[in-house]
Amino acid sequence: MLLGPSGCGKSTALNCLAGLLPLTHGEIHIDSERVDTQPPERRGFGMVFQNYALFPHLTVEKNVAFGLAMRKVSREETRRRVAEAINLVKLGDHVKKLPGQLSGGQQQRVAIARAIVLEPRLVLMDEPLSNLDAKLRLEMRTEIRRIHQSLGLTTIYVTHDQEEALSMADRLVVLREGRVQQVGTPQELHDAPVNWHVADFMGYRNTLDVTVTEIEPAASGTGTRAARVDAGGIPLSVTAMDDLRPGDGGRLAIRPEDLTALGGGDQPRGGNVLDAEVSVVEYHGREFSVGVVNPAGATWHVRSLFAPEPGDAVRLTVDPRRALLFRDVDRLSPDEADLEEARA
Amino acid sequence: MTSSASTRRAAAGGRADPTRSSASLRHRLAERGVDAGLLMLVPALIFTLVLFVYPFAYGLGLTLQPTAGSQARYGGGLFANYVGFFTDPFIFDSIWITMRLALPAALFNVVAAVPVAFKLRGRFRGKRLLTTLLVLPITLGTVLTAQGLLIFAGRQGWLNRFLIDIGLIDAPLQLVMNYTGVFLSLVISGFPFSFLLISSYLSGIDPSLEAAARTLGANWFERFRRIILPLLAPGLATTFILTFVLAFSVFPSARLVGDAGGETRVMALMAYRSFAEQIDYPMASTIAIMMGFVELVVIAVVLLWRATLFKGPTGGKG
Repeated sequence: MLLGPSGCGKSTALNCLAGLLPLTHGEIHIDSERVDTQPPERRGFGMVFQNYALFPHLTVEKNVAFGLAMRKVSREETRRRVAEAINLVKLGDHVKKLPGQLSGGQQQRVAIARAIVLEPRLVLMDEPLSNLDAKLRLEMRTEIRRIHQSLGLTTIYVTHDQEEALSMADRLVVLREGRVQQVGTPQELHDAPVNWHVADFMGYRNTLDVTVTEIEPAASGTGTRAARVDAGGIPLSVTAMDDLRPGDGGRLAIRPEDLTALGGGDQPRGGNVLDAEVSVVEYHGREFSVGVVNPAGATWHVRSLFAPEPGDAVRLTVDPRRALLFRDVDRLSPDEADLEEARA
Repeated sequence: MTSSASTRRAAAGGRADPTRSSASLRHRLAERGVDAGLLMLVPALIFTLVLFVYPFAYGLGLTLQPTAGSQARYGGGLFANYVGFFTDPFIFDSIWITMRLALPAALFNVVAAVPVAFKLRGRFRGKRLLTTLLVLPITLGTVLTAQGLLIFAGRQGWLNRFLIDIGLIDAPLQLVMNYTGVFLSLVISGFPFSFLLISSYLSGIDPSLEAAARTLGANWFERFRRIILPLLAPGLATTFILTFVLAFSVFPSARLVGDAGGETRVMALMAYRSFAEQIDYPMASTIAIMMGFVELVVIAVVLLWRATLFKGPTGGKG
């Protein structure tokens, strides 16, 4: 799963893999076979395009059979494999229809069937769900995961949706400006992002620039350690993800669900208390999503079990283990930043 | 008394009918597209009536008023012109002569424009210059084209002199004042036209379709045959019709670079001959009407074929 903000090069990477874009330098190997010198039609990858790219003049059946026809598969086998693929994506009732007669979700299924019917050694998916509405996107997410698990085809999936990435991926690669930021399982990325860009992208929407006051000597094994920071006069207990020294500037990243409003009798967690003023309240079913303005004037997103009124003063708290402290990458010299990214 | 009662009944009936809209007549008309905006059509309507419908009807009427000469020659009373058209081989054969020019020329223009348009699809340096050069002949009148052809390809033209000088041929090639000359002129004026049309049809085909076909293992030939060509075919049919109509009504070049008495005695020339040389307006009208009829038949055949093709959107989403 390739994950990154728009313009970070993830679709480019995918198109290079498919052979639709030339490499400027470097080589691509699969199972120690060099593929970047082969034209796309010889690579034998299945690709699902963002706009599906179904052949509008061919029926669903013929769209799916196209790749088999190109491989000169016998008619009998073609029929069997097409039927199998179409059943897998649950489109049995629509085989004779043209793509234009199908809904977005059904077109998506055809595109997937067309790619997997070849049983390719690699399936490439370029933001396949981005053209669907929210409900369908959730359904198709499960569907793609189901198909993936039943066929076991190696799949490279490009998305900019971190939720989609976390729920579907076995391994995630986060890209930013054409560079790999972090590679790991969804859980690793979710709990321990390597820098604040990744953190920001993984949903740590609240950031705060702070100064380190105290830091625990590096513990063996884990890269994290407890630290105390000063956030504009407010002392906070946090978890440092980078090697920082007292006096260094750093950036704190906290997820909305970890930053909660304190009710009357609640105890602040780890002694961390932040004051803020409520500006927006949104109802999210089980809880409220509240936009607050902190004393520095920045907007934060927090969760609350009760609905505060806009204009109210609220006290926020955060578990020290869930407040991650990063080096502020932007403040490094270009060389250091490169080194940082190379290390990541 | 009775009339007021019936009015009341009608009103009650009106209320009872659930499908009847309560909106005003004006509103209901507007829903069907009838409103004051239609007045904007009036100038166009007048224009069409005065400059097309009336002359056409007049010409059609003329064909049924044969001259005394035609009646004496062909008989058939009112329909003497039509009898003459179908029985006089000198006139009737001009259909085949015109067809023999227009069909191959239109076909050539379409077939030759496809690979050129295909190659010029992408972005590259000098594309604008090349496209301009290809389209430029449209701006030249047929007369200018004909003159150019005479100078370039005539017996004493540059081409023949060059070929003789390098020893490739002994006698000059006969390239003008015959079928070849008119054909070349039709290609020069028709090719840019079909190139432009086909280019725009091609650009309407989502490039990701071809990319998809590539990833599915189709080589360039298969991609063209199975994806591009079927999606392009309706556009090719339209292009063919338009260049065919252009070529079918060929007149200046048939006279200037053709063999007006023989090989390129096209229908337009025959109509002109009746009109200007024999001062037989009714016969000239008949030939003009029959010209339109023959074109209609060809167009109808092509459109019938086109109706069997896929004509939906050619964007990626299908």
